[in-house]
Amino acid sequence: MSETGHSATGYIVHHLTNLRFDLTQMKFLHGEETGGFGVVHLDTMIFSIALGSLFLWLFMKAAKSATSGVPGPLQNFCEIMVEFVDTQVKDSFHGRNPVIAPLALTIFIWVFLWNTMDLIPVDLLPAIASVFGIPYLRTVPSTDLNSTFGLSISVLLLLYYYSFKVKGPVHFSMEILTHPFGVWLMPFNLLLRIVEDLAKPISLGLRLFGNLYAGELIFILIALLPWWLQFVLGWPWAVFHILVITLQAFIFMVLTIVYLSMAHEDH
Amino acid sequence: MNFNATLIGQMITFGLLVLFTMKYVWPPIIQAMQDRQKRIADGLASAERGMREQELAKAKAAQMLKEAKQQAAEIIAQAQKRANEAIEQSKLEARAEGDRQLVVAKAEIEQEVNRAREQLRSQVISLAVAGASKVLKREVDEAANAALLDDLVAQL
Repeated sequence: MSETGHSATGYIVHHLTNLRFDLTQMKFLHGEETGGFGVVHLDTMIFSIALGSLFLWLFMKAAKSATSGVPGPLQNFCEIMVEFVDTQVKDSFHGRNPVIAPLALTIFIWVFLWNTMDLIPVDLLPAIASVFGIPYLRTVPSTDLNSTFGLSISVLLLLYYYSFKVKGPVHFSMEILTHPFGVWLMPFNLLLRIVEDLAKPISLGLRLFGNLYAGELIFILIALLPWWLQFVLGWPWAVFHILVITLQAFIFMVLTIVYLSMAHEDH
Repeated sequence: MNFNATLIGQMITFGLLVLFTMKYVWPPIIQAMQDRQKRIADGLASAERGMREQELAKAKAAQMLKEAKQQAAEIIAQAQKRANEAIEQSKLEARAEGDRQLVVAKAEIEQEVNRAREQLRSQVISLAVAGASKVLKREVDEAANAALLDDLVAQL
């Protein structure tokens, strides 16, 4: 519930404000203050790094004691995940690339963990943080555009890297300039390609961001209801969200695999 | 909701995560899974092989049993044959022996007969001589009549 003295709007805005630290001025930003590109969202960074470390810790623990004999529960779980991702990669990617499968696993688990933060009661972590004097805290990294676009732009960079590496600069330029309408419509082809390649990271990043941002907003709105009514909407929404967080992580992973497999294939 | 340095930070974090996953997470787990798959496949294959071998051994045992039975039957048949042969042999021998003894006995009988005949003949001669001497009541030159008497005896 909102703190006393805050209006509903204030409560929502407060919940949607990151813990911002301006690297250029070396100070925290409060309220309406805005910074340039030098601002870093500390909460997003800390939570995503913590979740990434959790993922690495779990999986490295399983990997270190990995045995070809009877696997323990942790190894079993990790193997299920690895096999699931491996199957997805093998289904849509037919080249040989040692990066793509681990990359897909990282995306799937990491994004899934980001999204899972949405199931933690919206006020719990910010309330704990405020006890320690932290004024703002957003716990779901995937509701931060910087996170989702950080991922999708990385995927785009990899897409270009592998396009160059696999096809070579000449072949790749030819592909950009002559597809899909042949050599006589070169500028149009180029324009189409630019739009196509811009659409990839934007759709990837915005889809994840939009779904989770909307989800979080609904949770915040539900938190504005009287306490005895919250579970009526909160519980179904949380259950539904279990599907959403898994699905969004899965979609992000599959599209990444598809995009990267496109980089390896000749048109 | 602005783009800012967080974007770069997230990209770097992502890169590091992927790097770590690639180096330390993915290979051991995939390796363990492939090893297990191989072990299971090997186990199944060796089970299959064991079953086939057992089948072979069974067939071999049956074959050996059959051969042993056949051999036993052969041995029995041979023994019977040999026993029959021995019986036949001894029968033949017995018959031959019998024949031989018969021949010997016949020869002895012949001899006896001959001897008795000779005896009889000599007795007849002396009887005849005595008779004749009595009839003639005179001395007869025995030597002169001997040839005559022998002739008489031979006709007996």
